Amino acid sequence: MRAALKPLFDPLLRDNPVTVQILGICSALAVTTSMTTALTMSLALTAVLVASSAVVSLIRRHIPAQIRLILQITIIAAMVIVADLILQAYAYAISQRLSIFVSLIVTNCIVLGRAEAFAMSHPVGPSILDALGNGAGYSAILMVIAFLRELLGFGTLFGATIFPTVAEGGWYQPFGFMLLAPSAFMLLGLLVWALRSWRVEQVEPATTHVDREEALS
Amino acid sequence: MPDLNPISLWQRLLAAPNDSRGKTLTMAFLVSFAAALAVSSAAVLLGPRLDANREAERRARLEALIAETPGLAEVLPGSGIDSLEVLTVDLRDLTLADAVDPAQVTELTPDEDIAGIGTRPDLQQIFMARDGRDLALVILPVYGQGYQSTIRGYLALGPDLNTVIGLTITEQGETPGLGATIQTPGWLAQWPGTQLMDEAGEIRVAVVRGGGTTSYEVDAITGATRSSNGVQNMIRFWVGPLGFGPVLDALRSGDL
Repeated sequence: MRAALKPLFDPLLRDNPVTVQILGICSALAVTTSMTTALTMSLALTAVLVASSAVVSLIRRHIPAQIRLILQITIIAAMVIVADLILQAYAYAISQRLSIFVSLIVTNCIVLGRAEAFAMSHPVGPSILDALGNGAGYSAILMVIAFLRELLGFGTLFGATIFPTVAEGGWYQPFGFMLLAPSAFMLLGLLVWALRSWRVEQVEPATTHVDREEALS
Repeated sequence: MPDLNPISLWQRLLAAPNDSRGKTLTMAFLVSFAAALAVSSAAVLLGPRLDANREAERRARLEALIAETPGLAEVLPGSGIDSLEVLTVDLRDLTLADAVDPAQVTELTPDEDIAGIGTRPDLQQIFMARDGRDLALVILPVYGQGYQSTIRGYLALGPDLNTVIGLTITEQGETPGLGATIQTPGWLAQWPGTQLMDEAGEIRVAVVRGGGTTSYEVDAITGATRSSNGVQNMIRFWVGPLGFGPVLDALRSGDL
């Protein structure tokens, strides 16, 4: 039972796609100024990931090796367009705020990465679990960063006031830097650092060796 | 006699080696076909909802414009926004077009380009309201370079097409507290009643320091000369000969 659910739980922490594999961070930075957009983006990515992994896994035995990447991308792109249309039809305001980032799920390395690394070589069931797990792992990181950025940047969570800001007669002076893209890099960096200090096995071995004296000269 | 039974053909396809030329082509075709089918059915099924959403968005923007422009709501005949007519005009030959096409632009020489916009989109959407058969109101989209950003807004003109009914700024990124004052209701309240041109048709409207002495002038913002000039130049450009000037002439003579 534990082994069967491994694809679902591993990507949450031990092999998280964002903090361990450092994949999909472009969108993780772009949509995290508010919890609402981050949650919508997380749901859209998870839905696309599950659907595309299921389809790729279903036809994996008949995908010719030479054109496998283009077939995977075609399937993912179709899913993304459908997801984008559904968002525009049923959550128009949020889809306007997410602008191009939903379409850019096509180029999100997590989706193609899971199709190529897992769904191509596993049956449908485990592939769906793996996709759900990776979607949840991505979502968890997005929600943590969006929580900090929205709370510190606007004093709100999901648009509801938590810290009344000075402009509205409260006491909280919003930390404007949190609304700029560099703050997301820093929060993500701090998060990766914290996780790797806690779970030392996630630290990657150094791949480049800089000669100290050469570097100083 | 080749075997054309679809079931056995399908089984032969599944059994064929993955890297055979026939299977590669068939798989490429089948996957693209399924993807195309999924995308087009989603677009068709969701189409009506998408159109309704876009229409609601356009209405919301127009309603916000009417609510934000001082004096506009009172001038609108009938039930507010529903009485607004939308016209897409081709500024090159004053014909009406179906849709705005941002790709069609006219290059402006530095002398012509007083608003600092580089190129002028040829197709522009304007809004009109009629009171019976008479023109009651025309709303023109205007934009131009300010001090550090592009200023966008709408200029509402009265039936004589010379008196400003209101100006609203929908988008600007000028210095907060200085240039950004152009978007405040207090500053915009100076615009209603301002005349654009004198009897000879010369464009006289101006944003000047200590202005407001003549009916063509609006007081500039202290410390934000370039933002003030930006607003002045964008209005001068868009009511001028390269902007909506010919459209206004055609409306006056009843040709449009």
